[in-house]
Amino acid sequence: MIAEGKRHIWKDYQKEIADNNYYYARSCVRQNFFPASEQTFLRVMKHELGKEVFDDPLHTTCTGIAYHADVVNLPTIMTVVARQFALMTRQGLSNFVPSCITSFGIYTEILETWEHFPETLEQTRDFLYKATKREFKIPDNLAHSSDVIFKFKEQIAARAMFKLVNHISGKPLRGVEHIGCHYAKMFPHKGVGGAEYPYVLAGMIEAWGGEVIDYPERRHCCGFGFRQYVVQANRGYSLAHSQKKFESMEPYSPDFIVTNCPGCPFFLDRWQYVISETEGKTYGPDGHGIPVLTFEELTGLVLGYDPWELGLQAHQVAVEPLLDKMGITYDLSRKFVGRDGNKLGTPDKPTHLKVYGYGR
Amino acid sequence: MTLLEKLHTDVRFLEGLNACINCGTCTAICPAAAVFDYDPRLIAETLQSNDEVELEMLLKSDTIWYCGECMSCKTRCPRNNAPGLLIQALRYLSQTAGLFVESEKGRQQLAVKRTVGTWILENGYCLYAENMTMDMHPEQGPVWEWLLNHAPESFNRMGANYKGDGAGPLRAIAPEALAELQAIFDVTGGTQFYETIEAYSAQKALSMNMQFDQTTDCEYFKHVYTANERNHSRK
Repeated sequence: MIAEGKRHIWKDYQKEIADNNYYYARSCVRQNFFPASEQTFLRVMKHELGKEVFDDPLHTTCTGIAYHADVVNLPTIMTVVARQFALMTRQGLSNFVPSCITSFGIYTEILETWEHFPETLEQTRDFLYKATKREFKIPDNLAHSSDVIFKFKEQIAARAMFKLVNHISGKPLRGVEHIGCHYAKMFPHKGVGGAEYPYVLAGMIEAWGGEVIDYPERRHCCGFGFRQYVVQANRGYSLAHSQKKFESMEPYSPDFIVTNCPGCPFFLDRWQYVISETEGKTYGPDGHGIPVLTFEELTGLVLGYDPWELGLQAHQVAVEPLLDKMGITYDLSRKFVGRDGNKLGTPDKPTHLKVYGYGR
Repeated sequence: MTLLEKLHTDVRFLEGLNACINCGTCTAICPAAAVFDYDPRLIAETLQSNDEVELEMLLKSDTIWYCGECMSCKTRCPRNNAPGLLIQALRYLSQTAGLFVESEKGRQQLAVKRTVGTWILENGYCLYAENMTMDMHPEQGPVWEWLLNHAPESFNRMGANYKGDGAGPLRAIAPEALAELQAIFDVTGGTQFYETIEAYSAQKALSMNMQFDQTTDCEYFKHVYTANERNHSRK
């Protein structure tokens, strides 16, 4: 399909995204693997865009991974979600912004279920009150944090220190956008651009000067599969699907992959390491992998934030080749240090994958 | 109540199955079907037949445990069915009826319950860094090992509030919030569901002559966490 046709389809799937006053619900996976990304989101929202975002210590996991790995039942997760909404209500807020795509899918699914089966909403209110004495209002607006950055992508472009452009050749950098399955596959109208041609990340790449790669397995799952990763015996499932995507995107020579789900960048990063260790295969030039970024990390780079404050040292696949292309300078001696600048040693070097600032 | 009657009370079954036309679009797009001997079209077909015996066979089988719940099937179905939702309803029923222990993949539910299931109530997170050990997750690679070995400094450099009070990534979830989570599990049947998984697993361990206790070091846990008969792929 020609690009103009795709743009037409994207226009059919627009969603309302609140302008200000958000309740932010953190993600289990993003906090563990990309904690700096959540802090970057808050920094951009508060300090670049001047928005109000409430960061609540009292909210917990939504239990979404356990729900989709089938050890948490539907009434339980509905009531946990209701507690998150009660915490939002208590703050006088009504715009709910989850960091996690699994959570975003959970919230969307539960809101739909409450609408289709009103008795489940009443039961949830009863359960929540019995367990916590809390009450809640349904959010006026539910948007994933990537939706919010998408909404303000032009304002971010106006403040950009760096563009997604090769600073030597002047050519746009070529990005793979990977959308978490639960962003729009269950409810296409809840995602910017729908499920077949989601525009939430493509829009960011284009606004910041880059070029989006279209490749055969663009919409394929990263392979998380919930129980298929959690249980060691099943992990080949997860690896096989990431590999399928790498093989499909490799001929298009991507400069980076960007994701909106917190799990996908973790798998797309770590499985490149595993494939390099087991097969000696790397998907970038000269022994490099393809750098994998969260959308917050990409936003931070465009805005000129320090790569190590963005947490890029936590990636197994080196991000430095992308920084070099963008013309971003960095200090490798500060890559593996603590918050006070104290040296913490370095990780061991992988066998094949080219990395920077490592020890043995 | 028969298994069929129980299945028909699950809203995910009601939402997930309209009149399936057996076109196979779900199977064509399904990641699980690409790597396992799995066909979501047949799941819909079997459930549409309303056959109690067929349903029981399905609940005892490896088949219902192959799906990754990516929900790609929901997007493409021309009749708005969702085999992924049906799978969720089947897995719940398989566990409450104690039939999950009859298959290798089903028995793995004990491993799921004792990892992410337990971490939810102990930490307030589905995943928590210190639980993601290199022993259980060797694929994490040297950078993760470095992060774990240098916690909390390595995480706090990235803006975390590792096990700290107040807000921030990886903060310690306050005791009152954990108590509310536990109360929600108690009131909604979540705690009872965990106990059901444990009880049927203990019985199965006994029949398999495997050592069983409450830890992740017992013989049965290690078996279900790692066993792979390698007979799950399409021939």
